[in-house]
Amino acid sequence: MAAIFQGVGAAAALSSSPSNSFDTKKLLCSPRRSFSARKGASFVVVRSDGSVNFDLNHKGRRAQQLITNAVATKADSSAAASSSKPGHELLLFEALREGLEEEMERDATVCVMGEDVGHYGGSYKVTKGLAEKFGDLRVLDTPIAENSFTGMGIGAAMTGLRPVVEGMNMGFLLLAFNQISNNCGMLHYTSGGQFKIPIVIRGPGGVGRQLGAEHSQRLESYFQSIPGIQMVACSTPYNAKGLMKAAIRSENPVILFEHVLLYNLKERIPDEDYICNLEEAEMVRPGEHVTILTYSRMRYHVMQAAKTLVNKGYDPEVIDIRSLKPFDLYTIGNSVKKTHRVLIVEECMRTGGIGASLTAAITENFHDYLDAPIICLSSQDVPTPYAGPLEEWTVVQPAQIVTAVEQLCQ
Amino acid sequence: MALSHLASSSSRSSPLLKPLSSAIFLRRSISTDTTPMTIETSVPFTSHQCDTPSRSVETSPNELLTFFRDMALMRRMEIAADSLYKAKLIRGFCHLYDGQEAVAVGMEAAITKKDCIITAYRDHCTFLGRGGTLLEVFSELMGRKDGCSRGKGGSMHFYKKDSNFYGGHGIVGAQVPLGCGLAFAQKYSKDETVTFALYGDGAANQGQLFEALNISALWDLPAILVCENNHYGMGTAEWRAAKSPAYYKRGDYVPGLKVDGMDALAVKQACKFAKEHALKNGPIILEMDTYRYHGHSMSDPGSTYRTRDEISGVRQERDPIERIRKLILAHDLATEKELKDIEKEVRKEVDDAIAQAKESPMPDSSELFTNVFVKGYGAESFGADRKEVRATLP
Repeated sequence: MAAIFQGVGAAAALSSSPSNSFDTKKLLCSPRRSFSARKGASFVVVRSDGSVNFDLNHKGRRAQQLITNAVATKADSSAAASSSKPGHELLLFEALREGLEEEMERDATVCVMGEDVGHYGGSYKVTKGLAEKFGDLRVLDTPIAENSFTGMGIGAAMTGLRPVVEGMNMGFLLLAFNQISNNCGMLHYTSGGQFKIPIVIRGPGGVGRQLGAEHSQRLESYFQSIPGIQMVACSTPYNAKGLMKAAIRSENPVILFEHVLLYNLKERIPDEDYICNLEEAEMVRPGEHVTILTYSRMRYHVMQAAKTLVNKGYDPEVIDIRSLKPFDLYTIGNSVKKTHRVLIVEECMRTGGIGASLTAAITENFHDYLDAPIICLSSQDVPTPYAGPLEEWTVVQPAQIVTAVEQLCQ
Repeated sequence: MALSHLASSSSRSSPLLKPLSSAIFLRRSISTDTTPMTIETSVPFTSHQCDTPSRSVETSPNELLTFFRDMALMRRMEIAADSLYKAKLIRGFCHLYDGQEAVAVGMEAAITKKDCIITAYRDHCTFLGRGGTLLEVFSELMGRKDGCSRGKGGSMHFYKKDSNFYGGHGIVGAQVPLGCGLAFAQKYSKDETVTFALYGDGAANQGQLFEALNISALWDLPAILVCENNHYGMGTAEWRAAKSPAYYKRGDYVPGLKVDGMDALAVKQACKFAKEHALKNGPIILEMDTYRYHGHSMSDPGSTYRTRDEISGVRQERDPIERIRKLILAHDLATEKELKDIEKEVRKEVDDAIAQAKESPMPDSSELFTNVFVKGYGAESFGADRKEVRATLP
C-alpha cells in the first residue's frame, strides 16, 4: 500500500505542470510523490514503484471532494507554479542540502559525518555532491559505528568544529544514546560553561512505508528529557533549509528530526539567505475555533483534515510547533488564549511522547484558558507493524482528527 | 638499582670521591640545573607491531626534582581528599589516583599544553598536571563556586579548556570516542598536535573503544589511546574480565607499546615516542602497567578482591615517588633532608588550599539554570513569555 495522501480532480493538472516535478537525478527505490505544500492544491497518489495512480477508493476510505484554497494561509496563494514568482523550487532533501552547502561554504569548520554521506551521496541524497565539492576531510564516510562516530563528533565539537552528524535512520541513534545524553547534552553544564557543543545531529525518522518496527521509530520522545539539547522537526522545504542553517549556526547541540516520507515535498523557497528561529512555532493556518498543534508529517494529515473541517464549518487554527524542545509556549499560548480548545496531533507514541509533554506544559501554563480538556492524538503504543493496513492505523489518520475536533467543539 | 651514568658536561670531577662537598656545592643549583642526564628505565618496553623506543631516557636534575615535587603534591592531594571524603565534605563518588602519579607526570613531561588529554573519572591528578590549581581541585570536590567546573561537575568532571584538558567523564569508555574526535579536530585544523585518550583496563573491553580505534586508524588520526592498566576494573581483576589482558595488543592492526607505568621516565619516553608515531602513522595504543593503592573509589575498601600484602608489596617495590627519590639520592641531586622539606612544603600547600577551599562559598541558587544552553544565537525565546525562565528556589 503506497497511498497516504489522496486527491481528486485537479491532480492531473498539477502532475503535468512542472516538468521537473520528479527529481531529475536518479532516484533509486525511494517512493516518489510530488507536493506543493500549504497552497491548498491537490495531491497525486504515487505508488512506490514510481507509477502515478489516481485510484482513490482505497480500503473504503471515502474520496474527498477537494476545494482548492480551502486551507490557504496567504491571499496570493495559487496552485500553479509560475516562473515569474521570486525564489526557486526544490524538493525538501534538496533544501536540506542547500542549507548544508551554504553553511559549509560560509564556515570552514562545518563538516559532515555519517554513514554513506560522502561518496554515496547520502542515503536520502541530502549530502549528494558535497564530498566532491568539499573533500573527504569535510564530508566523512564513517563505518557503521554510531556510538563512536557520534562521540567523535561531540569531541570535535568540543574543540570548536561544527560537525553535522547524520544518523541514517534516527532509530540507529539509539546506539549513540549515551554519547548524546551524557556528553552532548551535559558537557556544557558539567564543565561550568567551558565547553560548547555546537553539533547538529540529524536524520530521518518516523513511520515510513512499511519499513518495519525497528526502522519506524520516533526518537523525539526518548531524547526530550535530555537537558542541554534542542530538538527541532522540519516539515517543509522552507523550514527544512531554515532550521538546518539555524541549527548549524547555533552554539547549542541541536537534533534535527526529518521524516522519511517528506523528503520529496516540493516548494518554492526564497533565493536569499534566511534562517528559521529554532525555538519558534509556525502558524500554518490561523483560525478561531480550535488550536491544532502538530509537527513533521502529521502536519499534512492535519491539513488534510482541515479541509474537511472547513467544509463542515469549523475554523481550525493549525500550528506546526517545529521546536520540540523547548516548546514555543508563546505562540501556543496566544493561540490557546484565542481559541480555548487544543488538539495535539503527533506521530510519537502515546506514552511519554512529545504530545504528553506538551499537554502537561499547556495545562500547567494555560489551564484557565481551556474550555475543554486537551485531546492528544498520538500513534498507538505498539511496534510499527509491517502489514500495510496495520501500519496505517498505527498513526493518526485525518478522519480521526476530524472526529476529535468535532468532539472538542461540541 | 638502575644503571646510571652522568653526561660529561658536569663540572664535578667524580661524583663518588667527595660526596658531601659536592652535595653542598650542588645544593645551590639543584632547582635550576638543566644539565642533561641519561637514565635507563628498569623495565624494557614491549611492543606490538612497532619498534620499541630506547631504554635510555634524556632527563635533567631539574626535571627529576620537578617530577618528585609534582608527584608528592599529587599524592598528598589524594590523601587529603581521602580525609575530606571521610569527613563528609566530599560526597558522591571520589576516585583516587595515588599510585598512578607517574603516568600523569611522565605524560606531561613529553607533551605541550596544545596537545589534548582526555581521561575518565580518575582525573584529579591529570587535571593538576595540566595546570590546574589545588584550590580549583578542592573547591570542585567540595562543590564550591571556585571549583574548575563552578561546583557543578564534581569529582568526575574536571575540565580545563585553556590547557586542552577535556575531562573528566563518568561513563566508562565514553571518553575514547570523544578523544578520537579531538584527534580528528586536530587533524582537521592541521595543528601537528596529538590527543591522549586515557582509559582503564575496565574500559578496554568496551565496544566503542574498538569502533573509535577503527575509525582513527582508517582516517589516520593523531590519537594515542593510553590504557592505564591498574589490573582491577573496580572489583574485577583483569584476568577475570579480559580474555586477552595484553591490552597493548588488542588494537590488532594498531601498534601498541607496553610501558612500566610506575616509572615516570619510562612513561615520558613512551609518550614522546607515541607522539612522534601518531603524527606520522596514525593511532597507537600505550598500555601503562600501573597500580592504585586505594580502592576503585572511596566506597570501595580495595581489599576484598586483592590482598593487603599485594598492595604493600607494590608500595615497597614499585612506588613511583620512591623510585624518583632513590634516583635523586643516587645521583646526589638533593639530600634526604631536602626531599623531606619538599614534602613538608607540599603538605602545607595542600592544607592551605583546603582551608581556602573551605572558605569558598557554595554556588548561588541561580547557577542551577546557568550553562544549560549557550545563549546568543539570533532571536531566541525561552518560556511562556518569551523571557528567560527564572525559577525562584525556596
